Amino acid sequence: MSSSTELKLPPNNYLHDGYGWKSWLLTRDHKRIALLYLAAITFFFIIGGAFAVGIRLDLATPAGDMVTDDTYNKLFTMHGVMMVFFFLIPAVPATLGNFLLPLMIGAKDLAFPKINLASWYIYMIGSLFTLYAIIAGGLDTGWTFYTPFSTAASTSAVLPAGLGIFINGFSSILTGLNFIVTIHRMRAPGMTWFRLPLFIWAHYATSIIMILGTPVVAVTLVMVVAERAFHFGIFDPAVGGDPVLFQHLFWFYSHPAVYIMVLPSMGIISELIAAFCRKQIFGYTFVAFSSLGIAVLGFLVWGHHMFVAGESVYAALVFSLISFFVAIPSAVKVFNWTATMYKGSVEWATPMLYAIGFIGLFTIGGLTGLFLASIGIDVHVTDTYFVVAHFHYVMVGGTIMAYLGGLHYWWPKISGRMYPERLAKIAAVIVFVGFNLTFFPQFILGYLGMPRRYHAYPPEFQLLNVLSSAGASILAIGYLLPMFYFAWSLRYGPIAGSNPWGAVGLEWNTTSPPPTLNFEETPVVTWDAYEYPTPVEGHVA
Amino acid sequence: MSATHIVPKKIYFAVFAALMVFTAITVAVSFVDLGPLNTVVALGIAITKATLVVLYFMHVKYSPRLTKLVVLSSLFWLVILLVMTMGDYVTRDWRTYGMNQPHSAPYGIERTIAETVNL
Ligand SMILES: [Cu+2]
Repeated sequence: MSSSTELKLPPNNYLHDGYGWKSWLLTRDHKRIALLYLAAITFFFIIGGAFAVGIRLDLATPAGDMVTDDTYNKLFTMHGVMMVFFFLIPAVPATLGNFLLPLMIGAKDLAFPKINLASWYIYMIGSLFTLYAIIAGGLDTGWTFYTPFSTAASTSAVLPAGLGIFINGFSSILTGLNFIVTIHRMRAPGMTWFRLPLFIWAHYATSIIMILGTPVVAVTLVMVVAERAFHFGIFDPAVGGDPVLFQHLFWFYSHPAVYIMVLPSMGIISELIAAFCRKQIFGYTFVAFSSLGIAVLGFLVWGHHMFVAGESVYAALVFSLISFFVAIPSAVKVFNWTATMYKGSVEWATPMLYAIGFIGLFTIGGLTGLFLASIGIDVHVTDTYFVVAHFHYVMVGGTIMAYLGGLHYWWPKISGRMYPERLAKIAAVIVFVGFNLTFFPQFILGYLGMPRRYHAYPPEFQLLNVLSSAGASILAIGYLLPMFYFAWSLRYGPIAGSNPWGAVGLEWNTTSPPPTLNFEETPVVTWDAYEYPTPVEGHVA
Repeated sequence: MSATHIVPKKIYFAVFAALMVFTAITVAVSFVDLGPLNTVVALGIAITKATLVVLYFMHVKYSPRLTKLVVLSSLFWLVILLVMTMGDYVTRDWRTYGMNQPHSAPYGIERTIAETVNL
């Protein structure tokens, strides 16, 4: 991979620009801030994962004899809160997005470097509140904080957890704001809107959701805190409130939040497919606009979470219909990726394995979403493991697969060094096998009627649950392996050189790791995204 | 945004005075029972005041078109939230044709669309 002439990292790279803790904690370099985020979300991924281990261990036997039912409620709640708010939502935008967005458009940094650093501190302060909630006895409301249980009945640490997520929301809003302004104002000369990499389009759409949606969930959680602390009658019917109103407000953000998790991942997949098929993405404009389409339609479907919550059948019909529409832009992406691979010279590198895995798993996750969007089926499988399996296929099979694929693809750019390719391929296969073994049985369990959020179950469900728990342990190995070999490669990995994949894109036109201001001189763009030369013996496409 | 445009102090004081007048009206109106119009009037005054603040104090009136577009689209998103949420509440009691079986009749809450609109 690396040419023998480059044996050293470039001396002026951002990692060598200052060494003490101050140079990191007070940095304004988007690349260093991305690494601060990377460290933080990895920490929360491990915590959230530890709760998942507890859940799967308890479910290995039907009697649920490992933890009490109260503890079990706290395990799945804190698994959800940690994974959704502190890992999945910032996972791609705050790390890879933060690192790559200025590089890909030829800018020196984000538009507001200090606000970028502030967003990390806000995220950390929010996480401290939520971590305190865990220590102070835990939270048992489910990650959805449904009222009136959360405001009137639960005796767990709702206040610090709710405040933590409220504070965390500002970090998300500031990141979105920073991205939008940067994309509008800081593109290099010649980098027109339709020359932008699809990763940028995906982040633009994501930022819109972050800015328009996050304030709603933040205010909603403040109302939960206010009702709990001061007995305002907002959601609790006993004091004149309406509990379904909470669900409307919560899902107005939390359905689009799924697209905050998966749109940036789709951006990664577009980059990976183009790079490892050496082709322009088929239907570039359609893929770009499908991101915006998903962002807009995503705001009109939240009622599909409330089909059995007493929602009017007329509203349910409308929400159901629009939910089906979301399948159109999603399918546009999947079909265009597969069309890109057609007659491409596909290279089976590790990132490409993750990309292929993403397409398959996201398709299953998306299609089962259509099952759930049709009211007749949803009434039967609401709150069963079918739903659990569905959203894990989207969030874990989708977002985390793409996140890992992107991390492998850009690791040489981030660290300047290569990871061990063979071990990485093995890890990718382990993740794929472990994931399916964990979550596919849950589709069957749910279809057979096993409800979610119960810590005991009838003995006939044990086989499928044991399969799922076994899969989870395989999946854990698949996730731990990259952590170790990435750490190893920081010191021992072969020097990557500026463009180890031979990919096009401005981020590969600078050294690895890049200098603090990204480019020695501002690039001038005279080409379209993914302009790969037509292979000599290939067809004229 | 528009560093070039300097707003005369006169306008700020005028807007401030208008906000104070509206506050006084809000207080005064709260002593009069207008029936169903109570909420309409209160919200109407609140929206007018918010618009004044956004246009003058937050300089949107003097901002480029893109800024205005951003403000309007976020307002539009608020409308989505309100309209679709109310779409649930308003239609809950509508008659579900073919479903008004004896089990639901005794509750006596089913109304036709016309009855709901006349509320
Ligand atoms: Cu949803």
